[in-house]
Amino acid sequence: MIAVRLSGPADFAGWRSEARRLASEGVAPCDVAWRLGAEADDLFASGGAKAGLPDPAGGQLTVPRGFLELAETVICHSDAGRFTLLYRMLLRLQREPALLADKVDSDVARTEAMARSVRRDLHKMTAFVRFRAVAGAGREGPFVAWFEPEHFILERAASFFTERFATMCWSILTPQGSLHWDGALLRMGPPAHRSDIPDDDRMEDYWRTYYAGIFNPARLKVSAMKKEMPVRYWRNLPEAALIGPLIAGAGRRAEGMIMQPPTEPPERHLRARQRTEVAEDPATESFEGWRDAATAARDCHRCDLCRNATQTVFGEGPLDAPVIFVGEQPGDQEDLAGKPFVGPAGQMFDRALAEAGLDRRRAYVTNAVKHFKFSLRGKRRIHEKPNAGEIKACRFWLDLELRFIRPGLVVALGATALRALVGHAGSLAQARDRDLALDDGTPLLATVHPSFLLRVPDEAAKRREYARFVADLERVGARMPASRLDRAA
Amino acid sequence: MSRLTTLEKLEILSDAAKYDASCASSSTTLRNSRDGRGLGSTTGAGICHSYAPDGRCISLLKILLTNFCSFDCVFCINRSSSNVRRARFSVDEVVKLTLDFYRRNYIEGLFLSSGIIRSPDYTMAEIVRVAEALRLQHGFRGYIHLKLIPGASQDLIEQAGRFADRVSVNVELPSEATLARFAPEKSPVAIRSAMGGLRLKIDEAQEAREASRKAPVFAPAGQSTQMIVGADDATDGAILRRSALLYGSYGLKRVYYSAFSPIPDASRQLPVAAAPLMREHRLYQADWLTRFYGFETEEIIAPGEMLDLDVDPKLAWALRHRGRFPVDVNRADRESLLRVPGLGTRSVDRILASRRFRTLRLEDVGRLTRSLRVARHFLTAAGWSPGKGLDEPMLKARLTPRPQQLSLFA
Repeated sequence: MIAVRLSGPADFAGWRSEARRLASEGVAPCDVAWRLGAEADDLFASGGAKAGLPDPAGGQLTVPRGFLELAETVICHSDAGRFTLLYRMLLRLQREPALLADKVDSDVARTEAMARSVRRDLHKMTAFVRFRAVAGAGREGPFVAWFEPEHFILERAASFFTERFATMCWSILTPQGSLHWDGALLRMGPPAHRSDIPDDDRMEDYWRTYYAGIFNPARLKVSAMKKEMPVRYWRNLPEAALIGPLIAGAGRRAEGMIMQPPTEPPERHLRARQRTEVAEDPATESFEGWRDAATAARDCHRCDLCRNATQTVFGEGPLDAPVIFVGEQPGDQEDLAGKPFVGPAGQMFDRALAEAGLDRRRAYVTNAVKHFKFSLRGKRRIHEKPNAGEIKACRFWLDLELRFIRPGLVVALGATALRALVGHAGSLAQARDRDLALDDGTPLLATVHPSFLLRVPDEAAKRREYARFVADLERVGARMPASRLDRAA
Repeated sequence: MSRLTTLEKLEILSDAAKYDASCASSSTTLRNSRDGRGLGSTTGAGICHSYAPDGRCISLLKILLTNFCSFDCVFCINRSSSNVRRARFSVDEVVKLTLDFYRRNYIEGLFLSSGIIRSPDYTMAEIVRVAEALRLQHGFRGYIHLKLIPGASQDLIEQAGRFADRVSVNVELPSEATLARFAPEKSPVAIRSAMGGLRLKIDEAQEAREASRKAPVFAPAGQSTQMIVGADDATDGAILRRSALLYGSYGLKRVYYSAFSPIPDASRQLPVAAAPLMREHRLYQADWLTRFYGFETEEIIAPGEMLDLDVDPKLAWALRHRGRFPVDVNRADRESLLRVPGLGTRSVDRILASRRFRTLRLEDVGRLTRSLRVARHFLTAAGWSPGKGLDEPMLKARLTPRPQQLSLFA
């Protein structure tokens, strides 16, 4: 038996150098007695004797990176067998380098379970340490806390507190030792007693008041609380004294809420109601102007598309615009923003407009259908074509836009827009090069929707189609000089 | 009216805030105060500093700025027609409480909401003032969750997102038709467009941050929402469809479900009894299946249906699709293993890692999962097959935990 001495219960550096030496000497795990600073020596243990095991890896020790992190965590565990277990793992890793991935292996399973327990304890320490201000303390402290960790985690936990409370002065006292931070330096101190911290902190009354207030007596789930906040932590939590009384009174309070008859509203409420009733405008379906229509369209229920879409995307632009561009329907981005032509197709449209010498700010842009139609695929919304019924229902708003803007020219972008404007399905290819007109005689041109350009797969065809689209827009400028960039500038 | 002390206000305004289920403090940017200025830090996973006997985590100081409210939402304890005690914090009081609690390690930060007073803009501006004072005056680096008021101006929303880690707008009820009836002043469209606007800003800020670490943040922990379950007659099928729509449309981090529970001085329009807490639990489980287990809502439940309260939705699905089982733990792909009741994502990863070393026996699987009692009926392993057990009509009964008291009023 070889006795090896470590300087403390979580002395990772010591364990590491000793384990290295033992492994290079080929010492078997069962032949090592790991000792802490002050423990008495084993009767049969000797420091120097070499057990007869061959050096497993020819002197060169290698371990996967993950093992060091794991070992650093496990060394904090309170189980006395941790040093032996880790040393055995170290030796096995020389022969079985991928061992850590074998979660069924009993050494791996035990090591991981111990690491989990240490991590949980660390996490609970960050959660349950409660500082008390020392009498006469200022905002920055000093603060003192008493905590009883399950494992030897004090040093490992320190960085959480120094990062969070860097600008305060504080001490955390535990039965294992203590941490002291003065705002610049961390000092380790000796073990302490619970009686070393102040008896009270006036903020604890506020904390308990909050704890009682945030608890809902109508939904008692004591086991869920105990699972996450084990009873062994309670004695150091100022709020825990309330747990018993809150549970005991919960049934009565919840029943009281149910049994209590409804009351009459307070005066304040009745006065406010009277005010709003007078102030409220009766809803009308007659629209004095574009603004009325745009406001009313927000609550449109003329078809089912309003159920899943975010909002109505009404047209946008100057009310004296010489030309109206009508698209199909808002897309994903337009639906979220509540504005037409702001997504990828809208950006393509802007580019083409500028290239054709047109000023977007002089144009009114809108859609045949004012709500985004889509189907949900997992977390993505996939565009769907509006059907005849939806186009027809939304024609109501398009008519109002045409009526209030009175443009000199209307441009249909794509087949859906064309269909909405002429009232029946038709071939976009045939309509594209013709001079059309609405029923009231307003001139109408038709071209593709800019999103079509985004979908053309082949680069050469894409360039060709884009050029044709720009040429169509140039025709708009020729017909309506007021919509041109040079005019606005 | 006599002046209330801060302690009295805290009592009223924490009581008024408890019906908001969220208390998460996770997944924001990593911060600390090692530079010797300011106060606080954030960790990746968030920390629950305490638990109340209702089983809920207490991570943040969750309070209302005021419970005065001009809205009269039937389901809300703070509706204007209620006779609940009213109070209003000053901006300084909230700032001081947050810092005092934080310095004692009681909390991760602040979750601030408010009743609507005067106007959405006025209320939102007050909320923003608290966050601004914490961040700019006091260098507070802890977590801040702000409730956004639908209808508030873009400018205020912009500021809120700059100071907050998370922002949220509550959809309140699963059905917008009921919302219109129960909360006449709330506009479903305003709620949706607020969430849509947030998504655009959050996505935009995230893209900018990927390009440059110095780009300004906007709600780095994203947005969430909450709906009350059991106050109206919406089915679980409808609720989960609404959630899928919300996740898909607005990229929400979480949808919180809150089982309706009786409130003091309740409106007579509300149901008297609480919704079973188990229903809330099952909804969370189903929500989880769609987000992490590759299930589609349609697979879990039809639109008009309710989830089975006796068994979890994954087991319920497996019992309806027994032909797909047993699954061979030594050969099946990840997707199939994730469908086995009793195997979680972590167990599945451990199975996949370990089976490279050995052919797994049932006892090996037992080391990798905690729910072998259920899982073993749906899988084969070396030397193990569930045999005819899988076809047994009584299987569901055998896997159903003995009836227990689910709530005080069940």
